[in-house]
Amino acid sequence: MSAANKPKAGRQATAALGANNAATPAKVPAIELKGISKAFGTVQANKDIAIRVMPGTIHGIIGENGAGKSTLMSILYGFYKADKGEIWIKGQRTQIPDSQAAISAGIGMVFQHFKLVQNFTVLENIILGAEEGALLRPSLAKARKELKRLAEEYELNVDPDELIDELSVGHQQRVEILKALYRQADILILDEPTGVLTPDEADHLFRILDFLRKEGKTIILITHKLREIMEITDTVSVMRRGEMTATVTTSETSPEQLAELMVGRKVLLNVTKTKANPGATVLEVEDLRVRDEDKVERLKGISLNIRAGEILGIAGVAGNGQSELLKVLGGFANGTGTIRIKGEEIDLTGKHSDGQSRRARGIAHVPEDRHHLGLILDFMAWENMIFGYHTEAAYQKNALVMDNAGIIAHTASAMERFDVRPPIPTLPAKSFSGGNQQKIVLAREIERDPVLLLVGQPTRGVDIGAIEFIHKRIVELRDQGAAILLVSVELDEIFALSDRIAVMFDGQIMGERLPENTDEKELGLMMAGVAT
Amino acid sequence: MDFATIIELLDSAVRLGTPLLLACLAGLFSERAGIFDIGLEGKMLMAAFFSGAVAAMTGSAWLGLLAGIGGAMSLALIHGLASITFRGNQLISGVAVNFLASGFTVLIAQSWFQQGGRTPQLSGNARFEPITLPGADAVKDVPVIGQIYSNLLSGHTILVYVAFAMVPLTWWVLFRTRFGLRLRAVGENPESVDTAGVSVIRLRYTAVAITGVLSGLAGTYLATGLAAGFVKEMTAGRGFIALAALIFAKWRPVPALGATMLFGLLEAISNRYPNIDLGVVNLPIQFMQAVPYILTVVILAGFIGKAIPPRAGGQPYVKER
Repeated sequence: MSAANKPKAGRQATAALGANNAATPAKVPAIELKGISKAFGTVQANKDIAIRVMPGTIHGIIGENGAGKSTLMSILYGFYKADKGEIWIKGQRTQIPDSQAAISAGIGMVFQHFKLVQNFTVLENIILGAEEGALLRPSLAKARKELKRLAEEYELNVDPDELIDELSVGHQQRVEILKALYRQADILILDEPTGVLTPDEADHLFRILDFLRKEGKTIILITHKLREIMEITDTVSVMRRGEMTATVTTSETSPEQLAELMVGRKVLLNVTKTKANPGATVLEVEDLRVRDEDKVERLKGISLNIRAGEILGIAGVAGNGQSELLKVLGGFANGTGTIRIKGEEIDLTGKHSDGQSRRARGIAHVPEDRHHLGLILDFMAWENMIFGYHTEAAYQKNALVMDNAGIIAHTASAMERFDVRPPIPTLPAKSFSGGNQQKIVLAREIERDPVLLLVGQPTRGVDIGAIEFIHKRIVELRDQGAAILLVSVELDEIFALSDRIAVMFDGQIMGERLPENTDEKELGLMMAGVAT
Repeated sequence: MDFATIIELLDSAVRLGTPLLLACLAGLFSERAGIFDIGLEGKMLMAAFFSGAVAAMTGSAWLGLLAGIGGAMSLALIHGLASITFRGNQLISGVAVNFLASGFTVLIAQSWFQQGGRTPQLSGNARFEPITLPGADAVKDVPVIGQIYSNLLSGHTILVYVAFAMVPLTWWVLFRTRFGLRLRAVGENPESVDTAGVSVIRLRYTAVAITGVLSGLAGTYLATGLAAGFVKEMTAGRGFIALAALIFAKWRPVPALGATMLFGLLEAISNRYPNIDLGVVNLPIQFMQAVPYILTVVILAGFIGKAIPPRAGGQPYVKER
């Protein structure tokens, strides 16, 4: 009962404050943080953060992965308690010990990973936790009316009786926004909202955010995409390594300046690489097709080739078939078509189509999802360092037992060479940071001089120092004569590493470009499927 | 087979299906909230013992019922503590609950009553007596409708009527109330509940407590309604059969009624016709007694349709992101 009464009381308080605001417009910040600090163990995730966001504006928070953006938002939504600092909402000091308090204070959060119940209807999801009384019927009826109003006001059309399962990702996100608006949120926080959206859906989202801004809502947009910041925000704060390095007015800044503020040095992703010196063709792919479990065609006739000593970058919005391409090349999805390695065809189905037989042909794979495919998180670094290659003679003591001491020594030296910190082979993989985990995977796959290296999102969730190191290693491997297929959703990374760029859209290759002859705008159009 | 025999069989099916129904609904609340419960068996056994023991000592079935619910509730809270607060493995906790109940009941029964691990025979007010519905005797001889009314619908203990009333009540709670919406949500995606500002832990404890009450009713009915006293291991796998029925019913209350009554009917048939002569083969008594268990195995092995359990089932909820 008390849970039901609390938010109402909070809402009334919020409404009263809103009325005060109207009398003195734009004087009091909608939200102000003062000296917020939060440490996890020895890691300082947020250090002395200060922000002021005025009502009716969109404020961007930009920063690399791991810069502390998500921690800050979790503090605002009551998941974490700040070690130090104050939160002021509409001129009032506010404590946010849990999500209930955040909702009462008028904060609505749209998470990167939606918090929806998949087999509930839109309506049920919207009222969950904000029901009017013990019985559902009146709440549902009220929400249906309210939803209709919101849909008209903000172009937020969703069928209230549809199951979440049946909705596209873009529509699911709309439900999350509706959830917040239904709870009368006037401060809306969106965490990496466009990561999962198609370009069209992203445009629509920005239109909605614009409507909301005009209505006087305050929006905080967290992203690492400079383009979005420039397009929609009024002010922007840059975070780096847990600190707020700058807050600027968007119209008075440039992407270059923001990039510099973000990484803390002049040039973004500066990889020193010489011109490629390609040799014989290593990988030939012809008319490759892959269907997923639901028989939907995810790769619709891909053809490409990569020569020795060359990096082919595959650009595209996530979910346009890049993952399937990596999977079928890596041997854990079946497909039809032809794949040749150094002129010899490889099996795409049957018992010779698995990771083991691909490795035997000299294909190494740094998978997109290192937590599920690249590592066993609970296993130690030295065990992870040999998975997939554990049958090699060098690792066996005799016919029965493995040479654990030898493997540990080998791991220690590999960790040294790949700058894995801390260089302790007996630590479980989950104890390393994202960048160091990725270096373990990279060490395992690169050390054996593959003829073809498949790399998916090599620097996702990786800190800056490690990004540079990983990029350097990939270029080194190219210079040693390996063919490299790089899949990345980060255009910066594609430009920095690729010798040729292919763009994927809807399971097809829209076209190929040389990095020196194209730019982000052209690739963006190809990624959206409107240019070839 | 004449009509009277059919009525008798169905009547028997209702009696035998009732503890399954109560246990099945008990499991439904827990599992819908995302807490797998293979400890239904143990909770029923505990309730059977405490209700039998207290009824024997006080001579009151109602006090027995309270004690039975208390016994089942204590195990439910142990399961809750292990799987919600300490985020332990729910299957292991359930197994522990079953072993605990199995050993504890016999040990205490022997210590209290010295009758080889059973409680004294219950009689009179210590048992739940059949209730004759109004007018049942008068219409006894009216063909069909009268027979159904007086022999099938009338003449059960209060717990049977409670069990049947629980079916629509459970449906209503699940699908028409705020509590039900939250309960279903917490079993599907606890994060959605948490971010909506509702306590996952409190919801799950409430669900587990309801499971305790309902499995307490189930065990009490075994010892004070169906039988006359507690006997060692008297649940005889009914907790597991209820679990199978729950899967069969795809975690929905009305199909749960059908599933548990089907099991009740099978048991009733095997009780009444130990040997069934099909002409070609003569099915022995052992086979007929094994049928409910065989069906359980078949259902649990997933031969009957696709049953999708609540998606967050079995996973402890960790709040930190």
